[in-house]
Amino acid sequence: MAFKIKKGILYFLLVLLALTCMLPFALMMINATRTGADIVSGFTFIPGKALKENWDTVFDYFNLFKGIWNSVLVSVPATLLCAYFSTLTAYGLAFYEFKGNKVVFGAILAFMMIPGQLSLIGFYQLCTKLHLVNSYIPLIIPAIAAPGTVFFLRQYILSSLPKSLIEAARIDGASEIYSFHKIVTPIVAPAVATMGIMAFIGNWNSYLLPMILINKTDKMTLPVMMATLKASNHINSNQGAIYLSVAISIIPILLVFVAFSKYIISSVSAGAIKE
Amino acid sequence: MKKKKSKVTAYNNWGYAFVAPFVIVFCIFSIYPVLRTLYLSFTNLKVVGNADIIGFKNYARVLTDKFFWTALWNTVRIWIVNIVLQLGLAFLLMMVFSDVKYKMRGLAVFRIIYYLPNIIAATSIAFLFSTLLDWRYGTFNIIIKSIYDLFGAKYNPVNWIGSSATAGYTVAVIQSWMWFGNSFLMLMAGVQSINRDYFEAAAIDGAGRWTIFGKITLPLIKPIMMYVAITSLIGGLQMFDLPFLMIETASSAYGSVQTVMMYLYKFGFTTGTTQVGYASAVAYVLFLIILTVSVVELRLFRGKGDK
Repeated sequence: MAFKIKKGILYFLLVLLALTCMLPFALMMINATRTGADIVSGFTFIPGKALKENWDTVFDYFNLFKGIWNSVLVSVPATLLCAYFSTLTAYGLAFYEFKGNKVVFGAILAFMMIPGQLSLIGFYQLCTKLHLVNSYIPLIIPAIAAPGTVFFLRQYILSSLPKSLIEAARIDGASEIYSFHKIVTPIVAPAVATMGIMAFIGNWNSYLLPMILINKTDKMTLPVMMATLKASNHINSNQGAIYLSVAISIIPILLVFVAFSKYIISSVSAGAIKE
Repeated sequence: MKKKKSKVTAYNNWGYAFVAPFVIVFCIFSIYPVLRTLYLSFTNLKVVGNADIIGFKNYARVLTDKFFWTALWNTVRIWIVNIVLQLGLAFLLMMVFSDVKYKMRGLAVFRIIYYLPNIIAATSIAFLFSTLLDWRYGTFNIIIKSIYDLFGAKYNPVNWIGSSATAGYTVAVIQSWMWFGNSFLMLMAGVQSINRDYFEAAAIDGAGRWTIFGKITLPLIKPIMMYVAITSLIGGLQMFDLPFLMIETASSAYGSVQTVMMYLYKFGFTTGTTQVGYASAVAYVLFLIILTVSVVELRLFRGKGDK
């Protein structure tokens, strides 16, 4: 009996914690439909009727859909490049013995430990020199060289791709590029998907670097556009509009999470085990 | 034989082609900027134009600027509160879900919900919470007040993000809320990677659940705890988005939450206060701190018991 009660209490606490995770979002959804005056005067779980009004206030101030679209323009190519070239590099490092292989791998290990802030200033200076401020190139192209992803995929390829498979293809006269595309990629696809989805979320949520590089309003990615709320008096007087902005800004990534939560959860676990 | 060998070499030469795009981009966008920052840290470059090499003067200035030390202390203080809550909560959850007696169900659902705050951009989280926690008009204080009213007590609204006494803790708690699910997932992955036979053998030998936890689970997940702690520290020392966006620059709380990255941002990228050379030195000092602490942390964990 005592066992059952204790177990019940544990479940209660687990559910309570789950509610804590969701409560701020629930408050956000409800308040997004209420007028600023209503929100200030008290809280209720009953949604209000001011959604349209708040919507107009938000879109008077900024075009969040443009921000979402800009984020898509940055995150999707960056993720695809990261996935393709990381697999290519990982395969090259895992299966080919050439001079410099060890050096490249060593550099990858070293840069996994180097925090991003160390390159920030030099990176910005480089972009200024190359006239890449307000361009998406510095947000997309560096995705080709993602040390962490390469490291993870290299380990995966070494453990899951038999060398004999590639050798058999060679005997059949398959070119190396052909082998990579037709034999290697299908086998490593699950691991690439896992790393890719994490790369996408990272790109999507990235704030500091795009904030430094993009200052034209019509080029801003979603997080950068959201951050302009800080300086706005127009919208700050209406809390309902702020809640609605936040709600709109998180809906795309929530949809991604709903669709890919299996991959996301397994990638976090994989990241822990590899150490 | 000789012919075969040259053919293998020919195959191996493809390695260069496969790795080349990575190496080129890596040199331009990773290695060059890091070295460039290092070079700049020895110059007196302000914004643009010519600069002279001034040796270690920037470094000396970083180490003697009391605002840098305040920023470092703020960062560490917020991180400690954050990691204790985050890892503590993750650890408790791991204990609950790995308990051999209770055999809790629903892990698949709970872990998705617990992980949810992780995927949302810090910018969105920042505005969500700075609005919820506004001391006069925020829903958070309004709810607390109505609970107090229910019991006939008087609630003095706490200025969660506007006062220097609470702002740092508020940021730390929000970060724990964001990331405990991530730590929990990692610890749980560690528990699940332990061979089931160990638990069964221990149970046959009559070991109680606390013995099993203390003698099997705990030692085997220690490396993962270390990994979580180190990655959290590296991330924590670079803390920026939340405090930067949540705390008004003019607010009296600003001085108590300005992190090292915010300090770097002030000198690296803020119009009017830009001193690129100095900011570069700040970046390298922060890097050296992160490096030192990681190495010490690694030694500490490795030193205790394990080979």
